[in-house]
Amino acid sequence: MQKFDEMYTQLPYEFFTQGAQIRDHYKIYDEWLARQPGDMMAKRRQEAELIFRRVGITFAVYGDKDEDGSGNERLIPFDLIPRIIPSNEWKMMEKGLVQRVTALNRFIHDVYHDQEIIKAGIVPRDQLENNVQFRLEMMGVDVVNNIYSQISGIDMVRAPNANGEGEYYVLEDNLRVPSGVSYMLENRKMTMRLFPGLFNSHRVAPVAHYPDLLLETLRASSPPTTAEPTVVVLTPGMHNSAYYEHAFLAQQMGVELVEGQDLFVKDNFVYMRTTRGPVRVDVINRRLDDDFLDPKVFRSNSTLGCAGLMDAYRAGNVTICNAVGTGVADDKSIYPYVPKMIEFYLGEKPILNNVPTYMCRNKDDLAYTLANMKDLVIKEVHGAGGYGMLVGPASTKAEIEDFRKALLANPSGYISQPTLSLSSCPTFVESGIAPRHIDLRPFVLSGKKVQMVAGGLTRVALKEGSLVVNSSQGGGTKDTWVLEDGAPTAASVQSQTQTQSN
Amino acid sequence: MLSRTADHLFWMSRYTERAENTARMLDVNYETSLLPQSASVALLGWQGLLSISELLSTFTEKHGDVTASAVMEFMVKDETNPSSIVSCLRAARENARAVRGSLTTEVWETLNQTWLEVNKKLKAGELEDDPGQFFEWVKYRSHLSRGVTVGTMLMDEAFHFTRLGTFLERADNTARLVDVKFHAIQNDFYGTTGSKNQEHDFYHWSSILRSVSGFEVYRKVYRDVIKPERVAELLILRADMPRSLHASLNEVVNNLNVLSNENSGETHRLAGKLCAELKYGRIDEILATGLDAYLTQFLDRVNDLAAHISKDFLLPSAA
Repeated sequence: MQKFDEMYTQLPYEFFTQGAQIRDHYKIYDEWLARQPGDMMAKRRQEAELIFRRVGITFAVYGDKDEDGSGNERLIPFDLIPRIIPSNEWKMMEKGLVQRVTALNRFIHDVYHDQEIIKAGIVPRDQLENNVQFRLEMMGVDVVNNIYSQISGIDMVRAPNANGEGEYYVLEDNLRVPSGVSYMLENRKMTMRLFPGLFNSHRVAPVAHYPDLLLETLRASSPPTTAEPTVVVLTPGMHNSAYYEHAFLAQQMGVELVEGQDLFVKDNFVYMRTTRGPVRVDVINRRLDDDFLDPKVFRSNSTLGCAGLMDAYRAGNVTICNAVGTGVADDKSIYPYVPKMIEFYLGEKPILNNVPTYMCRNKDDLAYTLANMKDLVIKEVHGAGGYGMLVGPASTKAEIEDFRKALLANPSGYISQPTLSLSSCPTFVESGIAPRHIDLRPFVLSGKKVQMVAGGLTRVALKEGSLVVNSSQGGGTKDTWVLEDGAPTAASVQSQTQTQSN
Repeated sequence: MLSRTADHLFWMSRYTERAENTARMLDVNYETSLLPQSASVALLGWQGLLSISELLSTFTEKHGDVTASAVMEFMVKDETNPSSIVSCLRAARENARAVRGSLTTEVWETLNQTWLEVNKKLKAGELEDDPGQFFEWVKYRSHLSRGVTVGTMLMDEAFHFTRLGTFLERADNTARLVDVKFHAIQNDFYGTTGSKNQEHDFYHWSSILRSVSGFEVYRKVYRDVIKPERVAELLILRADMPRSLHASLNEVVNNLNVLSNENSGETHRLAGKLCAELKYGRIDEILATGLDAYLTQFLDRVNDLAAHISKDFLLPSAA
């Protein structure tokens, strides 16, 4: 036990407070873990892997073979130790997320209509017009409820603020096709299956009703032409890396999982081809990027989408979720303006912090960035998936020099941020239990109202010292527990957990 | 339901059924090969098995001489042979994966687990160690797939397309099996009178029966020694024999009836006619016209029926 404590003394803010005291909401778990026999975790992990493989919870790795050499599907590493968030922290975060996503939806509506925020001089016009995600095709198009991002994934990290206290920061807004929610749900199922006793000793907020909320949100987004809207999930197909998630969501909601070839447009209405003839489609939860939606408007050589879809969409006969052109608001160049957006549209103070961000398009910010490259994280404005970034403190001189050239060649293509001292969570790795950096992606649903389930997907950087949590970069995931009020105290559940620890 | 989904479900169950039937044929051939018999008779058995599946020329191109171990390897493990057991199980699993949302978790997990396990088993050399055990396992997994389908799926279109695939494939496979076995016998020792040959006859016919789990059924139905024309009758005309042509066609018709749409009239007519001929057919008539000719024609008609099903239900209709 002593050893376990020491390992985390140096680490910020997840398990431990600054004085190396375990934070209250982790105490029961910590005591439970201390009572477990040494090989228990290894056995449970093996069990988890077997189950994940049997259930087929995999993601595709392009051009790669899996462990059996029989396909290209990989398991995303699942860590057994949950990440726990106390009720008060979640309540604050939830309020902040509702506020943020509401403002972002207002912003997207604004840029495709009157552009008040630009007229007010808050967001520079060229910032918008040079954004490749800005879709002129969407100008003046009205969407149901004025909602563009029905499903938003907001990436959050916890790090010390100026006073050295742990605080949540928004790292990135994902407003196009944020994925990972199936892992949130499967991770919970797995933890409940492997460690049922832990759920007696903790009041963990449930997440399993997410597909219900999603269906409700999608149905609420239907054009008002029918009382019983037909909802479908549109996937690029089984070779897509997130195919598991697409199939999972369609099944959980009880709707059809369609590919572009299953759809066609006639007289500006969208239909799917069924064994009993064409059936009209009202809401499309699309899981492919704008570029592939309609070969008549976007990439003409793509067969993933459906010709004529945009016409039907602009005619108001079908809802596409998320809307076309939402990418204009989740860009790294727009991110720094979100707090101001909240004030502009809602007249409220932002509840969630942004990470301080230097926009290299500004002279002063560029100069500061160039002078401090080894201390900063520098990101390409359009980079994603952990690519196109420089983590200053972890980079070689040569890498820094290469990036300096790229930065000077195209300053407005980059932003920089201070390296945060990201919080760590105990994680079960080969060498035993060790701290690893984590982030959190809650999934915010916007239909008639803005709602979410308590929690999200916690991603964990499995490489020692790494700050990159993306699955394409070898990251894993954890179950995320939001504790409800009135959680049992350590003493009151001691006897219970002891009997269940075997 | 989506035409594409129906297509995947149809083929998912066809491939599962095909893997089982291939295992059945290989199993029986393997067991027969353990009996004392001349090399030429053994060779005939393996050749027959390849010609049932229309794979004799592909095989000889690749392997040359027909040997027991080469045929087993080719029909079980060869990933380039689309009819090998491993290819069928993969295709079944891939079709299921494409539409896993239309399946119950249990059905999907059964097919996925079968695919994961078959790779492990083959890698571990279980086919070479004990072929019989391996074939038992393939049959068992197929039973499980069908059982879990019937036991968990909503009896909607998805269910009926899955069943349709199963029974169409079974009709095809049983017809091929009966054809090749009768063919082999007519050329070799059918109708001779020596006691050695009679004994051989017994093993030959009983092996056909066992390949469709029909040995005990035969005894129960006929309470008689094993006679070729009765074996043929059991496997072609008996509606109560689960793997017979008649029973398979009954199921095809039943499932088609539920699935009918406004374009599928001709498909129903073809299926109904074929089924009625089996219902009112007599084995002496069939044998008089020639069993091989009859079965070849039957296979053509099943094939034609499959093409009609595909056209009416499975291919995306034009906009």
